[in-house]
Amino acid sequence: MKWYEFGPIAWVRDFLNTNPRAEGFLQTIGLPAEAVIKKTLFGCQSCGQCLLHENAMTCPMRCPKNSRNGPCGGVRANGHCEVYPERWCVWYRAYTRSKTWPMPQAWRDDLYRLHPPVNWELINTSSVVNLITGRDQGIMPKKPAEKKTAPAPKTPAKV
Amino acid sequence: METQAARSNLQKILQAGVFAVTSELGPPKSSDAAVVHKKAGLLRGVSDAANITDNQTAIVRMSSIGAAVMALQDGFEPVIQMTCRDRNRIAMQSDLLGAYALGVRNVLCLTGDHMRWGNHPQARKVYDLDSINLIAMVRGMDAGKFQNGEEIKPAPKFFVGGVENPFAPPYEFRPFRLKKKAEAGAQFIQTQMIFNVERFKEFMKKVVDLGLHEQLYILAGVGPLKSPGMARYMRDSVAGMEVSNEFVERMEKTPKEKWKDEGINVCVDIIHQMQEIPGVAGVHIMSIEWEEAVPIIMERAGLLPRPQPAELLAPAMAVAA
Repeated sequence: MKWYEFGPIAWVRDFLNTNPRAEGFLQTIGLPAEAVIKKTLFGCQSCGQCLLHENAMTCPMRCPKNSRNGPCGGVRANGHCEVYPERWCVWYRAYTRSKTWPMPQAWRDDLYRLHPPVNWELINTSSVVNLITGRDQGIMPKKPAEKKTAPAPKTPAKV
Repeated sequence: METQAARSNLQKILQAGVFAVTSELGPPKSSDAAVVHKKAGLLRGVSDAANITDNQTAIVRMSSIGAAVMALQDGFEPVIQMTCRDRNRIAMQSDLLGAYALGVRNVLCLTGDHMRWGNHPQARKVYDLDSINLIAMVRGMDAGKFQNGEEIKPAPKFFVGGVENPFAPPYEFRPFRLKKKAEAGAQFIQTQMIFNVERFKEFMKKVVDLGLHEQLYILAGVGPLKSPGMARYMRDSVAGMEVSNEFVERMEKTPKEKWKDEGINVCVDIIHQMQEIPGVAGVHIMSIEWEEAVPIIMERAGLLPRPQPAELLAPAMAVAA
């Protein structure tokens, strides 16, 4: 059983998916709360489809090229960014963190997985709410559980 | 290596196992068609195809597809570059459909240099997709699907390439990034200019261990040096480039009137070393704004004559006529 099939979570998801006003309310309080915490700790850019744990706790949206699949060819020899020489390359950091920080092995392996492109529809929304409602396509089915016969969400990277 | 009918002359040569050579054609910073025709004339016959750069280093130039069609008119096969810097997924798919209809068959997918160091740093960046997702998108179009899943009929069938830079940290991650590109469906890879053969050998060893050389053709990037100053500049100031002191010293020892000659010899030596490395399917010669050097390099490297382009270019010629 996947965590999102767990009863109470599935009920909340169904409730939010059928009550847009409730979801909207959660978004209005969820987004600032999430943004403040994650911005302070990880420089969150509020992309609405959080990849932190899959990227060794480094936000790939901070990359000037928004690269979600690996470092570009311009990383400086000291591990700094080509575009902003005073900053670390987020991918250099992600790779270092995946080797040194304590985290589950599955998270470390996620660095080597192909990630789908950013869904810009979700920019400036709360990724936690998106995770619960299933709008965060990469992780959960888009439709509520009982409508599973509907066509699966499109994951362009696997086309 | 996946077997499919060759879509382009370049793919045909690589499938035949011939040591392939691609070069680079930089379009002019103007609407001057004569420059493109002149450069295509220099490169035709000495290289199998040429990359037509897409606003390289974020400096505005003639469009890659426009210049590619001019190269096709000259009977020379282009590899168009498609960067994620300037276009979102709508524009990229539309440009690819147009390019295919005009007879272009090779596409190289890149993330693109950031505009901060270009000549329009005020411009809005796009970076809608990254290069790996762009490769996946082109391969998806190949299979008859737009990125949103809608059907394309007839589908554009490109020979899709990507790039990799073994000389930028994190070095250990680079082969795995290449693996991601192979998973996304890249069919050939061109590397950053190689002036540190040892590092490249290490990279290729890992690539061969991962079996990637069987999934895609790897073209090693090489280029001539013009002067000791250029060698030092590339060693010290260009992000993502490594130049061994061996080559810098070699250039420094040379008297001024023989700089260019020695620079070409350095390039030829590196090509010979590339031919020895297992997994390398060819070379990509980046002669930045010095196309005249390519015929000399090719002659000294003993890679001439090139296999004659087959009738693959015929439909494109018909378009031109």
